[in-house]
Amino acid sequence: MRAEAVVAIVAMAGITWGLRAGGLALARRLPQQGRIARALQQMPGCVMAALVAPAVAQGGPAEAAAALATAAVMFTTRSLPAAMAVGVAAVAGARQWLA
Amino acid sequence: MASLTLPRTSHASFQNGMRRSAPLALSVAAYGLVWGALAGQAGLGLAETGLMSGLVFAGAAQFVVLNLWTATAALPLGAIAAATLIVNLRFVLMSASMLPLFEREHTRGRWAKAFLISDENWALTSAEQAQGRGSVGFLLGGGALVYLAWLASTVVGRIAGAAIGDPARWGLDFAFTATFLALLLGMWKGKASLMPWIVAAGTAVLAQALLPGKWFIVVGGLSGSLAGAWQTEPAR
Repeated sequence: MRAEAVVAIVAMAGITWGLRAGGLALARRLPQQGRIARALQQMPGCVMAALVAPAVAQGGPAEAAAALATAAVMFTTRSLPAAMAVGVAAVAGARQWLA
Repeated sequence: MASLTLPRTSHASFQNGMRRSAPLALSVAAYGLVWGALAGQAGLGLAETGLMSGLVFAGAAQFVVLNLWTATAALPLGAIAAATLIVNLRFVLMSASMLPLFEREHTRGRWAKAFLISDENWALTSAEQAQGRGSVGFLLGGGALVYLAWLASTVVGRIAGAAIGDPARWGLDFAFTATFLALLLGMWKGKASLMPWIVAAGTAVLAQALLPGKWFIVVGGLSGSLAGAWQTEPAR
């Protein structure tokens, strides 16, 4: 193992555990409404959107078609594994077909 | 092993939590297999894969960090820490909502037990809580099963990943995008989500073109959340 990798992993672990324990510690002091509360609530979704949008924007028609297929399956089945599987199969198929 | 020292009622609810979270643990395992395979592609060794899953236990953050990981060049430690912090900030809100259970049961060692709060067992326990049920044992039983599923599946995925070869051939390079798109759509909470997501997506695409490395994740995530914070406030 690279020493640097261990440092990164331990830092990630400390941060993540700190957030989990911190929620219990700070529960009474967290803003329940107002701007900060709204920003915190939006954060997970916004991080996901920030990850997905550039990946789709950089891809070609196969990636765009697979993204649509993933979204369609997620909306109809609400199943994460099903949406993942269809997305992966769709991109593999679309690349062959469009190539 | 903690379960052995729990009183009888806790023990029963621990097992109940495990049973009820089994379908969720299965989906975590599917996701873990993909993460393990991608971890190999990103340059994580087997021991590093196991260490990260075992100590961090946070799928979304681990997926994001794979994006930042470098096999040969120096690791961008600042970006890795910042991404972990931002992706996992939701845990503060999630564990805060579990405090009533911990207080009602005068739970000991709650700082250590907080480690087992994950998206899946939290969601399950929240649903129980909404119906006046739910307990720390239920939460931890689900957490323990999800933890084992995550650790085992990521290690298996890392080992099997070598047999897969070029992930692009199977479309597996797209698994990451598909997973996050699906996770994102699962978080839809009505029209209030739309504007922040569009801001996050737009600034991320721009930042990717203009900034080095993976800072677009942080830039997009923060701009979207701030945009959400400044959405119309309810009338006072």
